[in-house]
Amino acid sequence: MPTIKNSKEQGAVINEGITQNVSRRKFLGYVGATSAILATAASCKKNDNNNNNDDGVNLGSGDVGVLNYAYALEQLEAAFYVMVTSSFYAGATDQEKSYLTDIRDHEVAHREFFKAAITAAAPTQIIPALEVNFSSINFSDKASVLGTAKAFEDLGVSAYNGAGKLITNPDYLVLAGKIVSVEARHAALIRDLLAAGSFADLTVDATADSANGLDAVRTPSEVLSIASAYLKTKINASNLPTS
Amino acid sequence: MNLQNIISQIEKTDPEVYDRLNTRRKVMKDFANMSGKIALSALPLAIGSMFKKAYGKNTDAITDVLNFALTLEYIESEFYKKGVGTANLIPAGPQLTALTVIRDHEVSHVAFLTAAIMSLSAEPVAFAAEDFDFTAQGTFPTVFSNYDVFLAVAQTFEDTGVRAYKGQAANLISNNDILTAALRIHSVEARHAAHVREMRMARQAADTSNPLYVGTIKPWITLKQSNIGSAAVQASYDGEEITTQATVNIVNIGGQTISANAASESFDEPLTQAQVTTIVTPFFA
Repeated sequence: MPTIKNSKEQGAVINEGITQNVSRRKFLGYVGATSAILATAASCKKNDNNNNNDDGVNLGSGDVGVLNYAYALEQLEAAFYVMVTSSFYAGATDQEKSYLTDIRDHEVAHREFFKAAITAAAPTQIIPALEVNFSSINFSDKASVLGTAKAFEDLGVSAYNGAGKLITNPDYLVLAGKIVSVEARHAALIRDLLAAGSFADLTVDATADSANGLDAVRTPSEVLSIASAYLKTKINASNLPTS
Repeated sequence: MNLQNIISQIEKTDPEVYDRLNTRRKVMKDFANMSGKIALSALPLAIGSMFKKAYGKNTDAITDVLNFALTLEYIESEFYKKGVGTANLIPAGPQLTALTVIRDHEVSHVAFLTAAIMSLSAEPVAFAAEDFDFTAQGTFPTVFSNYDVFLAVAQTFEDTGVRAYKGQAANLISNNDILTAALRIHSVEARHAAHVREMRMARQAADTSNPLYVGTIKPWITLKQSNIGSAAVQASYDGEEITTQATVNIVNIGGQTISANAASESFDEPLTQAQVTTIVTPFFA
């Protein structure tokens, strides 16, 4: 369980305690208690599991951590496309609707696959459903939707490319490999919808290497830093492998 | 003969000889045990075996995989170089631009993998245009005169390349840098594949009677459909139809409505080196 390190954190915890539905009597009972108890009371939210602490949902370590990382990204993508397809942007052609529906199905399949696989492999370590933040997206506007889709797909490709080396189980590596090429197909298609012929423009992403024909690659912390703009839930990747 | 003396002589020209030799005690011990039993005439071979790994081809698993990948990149590179360079084959404009982008990437991949293999002190394979027969022994006689045939072969090469890299990823697990580079090439090939499929979709829409175009062509692979009106390419698509991943059934997974089509599209499948070799062998002259 997390402990509070300084009085600033203690203040934050007390504020959280106030906004939680903790009865006053209980809360006052806690105020005089030790930091550890305060932290426990304030950080316990609904659907809490062993992964949660003040620093957000913890992805965990090792291969399971990497699977949770992939699961987190697929959750984000799936949620996005579910929104997109529930009410298409103005002027969406039948072809575009068909593509976006396919992509939604693929991301949902990916999300559910990771959920099933991690549940089977490490049921106490699977992260919960993440809360997304799509307030910056205008779902009725084609440019906003496709621009976000492109960002998510390219981000996903770079995430899988960067995560491969962190996996130790070859079976998991193959599974990640099966998914990343589909994400790359998505990315190519979305880019072509935005700008015909831009499917593999390796000059737009600073992490891609156009001279050698290499796609983008990012570390988990780089990816999550970008993804955090679209997530209310904070993600703690500090225990992921780094090599 | 005095092995130590031989090595010292070599050291004068190659100061790193001791690093190159397999100086593990067992190897040296084996050699010492052997020398009493073999004839003088066989000695050079015996010494050679010890030096083989040092100065001969580095044939370890990683460089084998890279040379396999390099071979495939040569096939693609020469194919696109020839296609783009063939007058009146590819329509000018966006189509020529796109195939030129793809060509340039494949050429870059050849250079990159060649350098990677050399950096591992191994010998990279090398091919030239005349090493290939892109008609595949007459299976695609009009590959460079019929644009739709060219695109069909292009799609097959790209989809096969994606599956080939995927099939080798696990073999690169011991080298982080090489694995990462391979993944980064792999995803670019997938982008190529998606775009060529889109191009074929557009060609199909413009000429629905052309038998080379079959079914609903998408940027992704549905079941094991090649969407190409030729059985000759089916081997590149067999295996893509699976809808179970790591014993998890993807159809309607988690109570979601996921069709078999979508389930199969969601995951691309690896091909083994043997399967890929069978597929590409006909393209060698």
